[in-house]
Amino acid sequence: MSIAAAKQSSKTGWIAGLMLAILFVFSLCVGVGDMPISRLFSDGRALELLLVSRLPRTLAAILAGAGLAIAGLIMQTLARNRYVEPSTAGTAQSAELGILLVTLLLPSASLLFKSLAASAAALLGTSLFLMTAHRLPPTQPFLVPLFGLVYGGVIGAAVTFVAWRADLLQYLSVWTNGDFSGVLRGRYELLWLGALMVVVAWIVADRLTIMALGRDASIGLGLDYARMLQLGLIIVSVISALSVVVVGMIPFVGLVVPNIVSRLMGDNMRGTLPFVAASGAILVLGCDILGRLLRYPYEIPVGTMMGCVGGLIFLWLLFRRPSHV
Amino acid sequence: MIRIENVSLRHGQTQILHDISLTIPKGGITALVGPNGAGKSSLLSLIARLQPLQAGRISVDGFPVDTTPNRDLARILAILRQDSIVTSRLRVRELVGFGRFPHGRGRLTPDDYAIIDQSLQQFDLTDLSDRFIETLSGGQRQRALVAMAFAQGTDYLLLDEPLNNLDMYFARELMRSLRRIADENGKTIVIVLHDINQAGAHADRIVAMKAGRIVADGTPSDLLTPNTLQAIFGFEMRVETFDDTPVVLHFR
Repeated sequence: MSIAAAKQSSKTGWIAGLMLAILFVFSLCVGVGDMPISRLFSDGRALELLLVSRLPRTLAAILAGAGLAIAGLIMQTLARNRYVEPSTAGTAQSAELGILLVTLLLPSASLLFKSLAASAAALLGTSLFLMTAHRLPPTQPFLVPLFGLVYGGVIGAAVTFVAWRADLLQYLSVWTNGDFSGVLRGRYELLWLGALMVVVAWIVADRLTIMALGRDASIGLGLDYARMLQLGLIIVSVISALSVVVVGMIPFVGLVVPNIVSRLMGDNMRGTLPFVAASGAILVLGCDILGRLLRYPYEIPVGTMMGCVGGLIFLWLLFRRPSHV
Repeated sequence: MIRIENVSLRHGQTQILHDISLTIPKGGITALVGPNGAGKSSLLSLIARLQPLQAGRISVDGFPVDTTPNRDLARILAILRQDSIVTSRLRVRELVGFGRFPHGRGRLTPDDYAIIDQSLQQFDLTDLSDRFIETLSGGQRQRALVAMAFAQGTDYLLLDEPLNNLDMYFARELMRSLRRIADENGKTIVIVLHDINQAGAHADRIVAMKAGRIVADGTPSDLLTPNTLQAIFGFEMRVETFDDTPVVLHFR
């Protein structure tokens, strides 16, 4: 990386870190329960509120946001298309189908087992999507996201149908619309597995960047393209499935965050991946805080908030003139 | 040495290559010429193991391309495909740097940086090195891709129509750069060319293909004769010699 680019990225790094830190502290202080900071250590109940509810909720938002942004970035790399993300191209819907079937067939299964089933279903659904996406003509870049929308819609419809027949429609919204209000200590920790996936993505960042150059260029540079494709699929599927199972799907994070970071800093993932993760965390945590404040003391679920905020950002990205740095 | 023995290739009903055998010794520039659809690109991508061998054998420096690990081959031969499209927002220096991937698997040493600088310089990209690829013209982009293949530092370089999108100045510059690295660094370059006069001026050997077969093979002055050219391309053209270089007048 050149000196100018390195300086710019270290400055952006400081800004992102600072913003995340501010939001983190702010998130700990916002909520219906009374938690005065002055009596945090003298009042046992205030400390308990912090450790059981506020801290887990904040961490869950950070983990889910960072994970989904990375999942979106990798999905875009695998599909070689900037307009796909797990929540619109069938990954999330497949995960929902997986967890719905497990809930029907094995109601007593543990959360870990349900997550595994959701991940497996997401893997299958995403592989099918990619197999088809790679057959679409590269001269028509909008066919891929369009196909993704239809494909995700069909699986989503199947999920709704099964849930309706089994009288589980109420459960369904828990998975389809992200919400952090139910997050407590002991009920979000699976998301750390998603963080592990982010670390794996960072380790193979160079390979992912090469993959974005296409199959032939990857093989020419000695990359095992098929194996990297599998690894990418696993990362996307596990992160998306965990998010669906633990907090519900949050739309648009995986779409807008990688696009913004790419415009600002380019696509060399060794440098940009930490920013994609941090920006995803900032966006989701910010939306969750906003959702807690707008109708205080009531809450707007983060999935709904993200739907509005993310949609607006996406429109802005589309209509703004592309920048040529 | 690249050794190609009895290689055939078919896609569905279409026979792309018919029982090709060809030996390309180490060193020098070999140009592959021929009409569209002759199978030149297919042969190149088979040598570069971009598609599986269906029949026959290909080895580079004694390493069979179908059984040698991909990573090892990437240190022996580099390929630039004709339809390489870079959609990623990468800076020129970053892209060229990925040419070093087969050596350090992503970790760049001071030697790697020196090679990257040298490649940028070799292809006149030093001033553009901090620009994003997407902001470059077609010709500049093409040079960046060739520089990336060169940075891979392999003994064998396979280039599929690298003169696409280049204006006369840069087409000549690129061919002269290739000539230089063949002469000074002892590289073996196999290049698909449509400009027969570039092949005549810069290649040591021309291999002509037509309908999946090799129809002529020899030095430029052997091969660039009206009769041979008519047999390859199917129309009459005049050939004149200037300064010992045959020039084909195929325009009218």
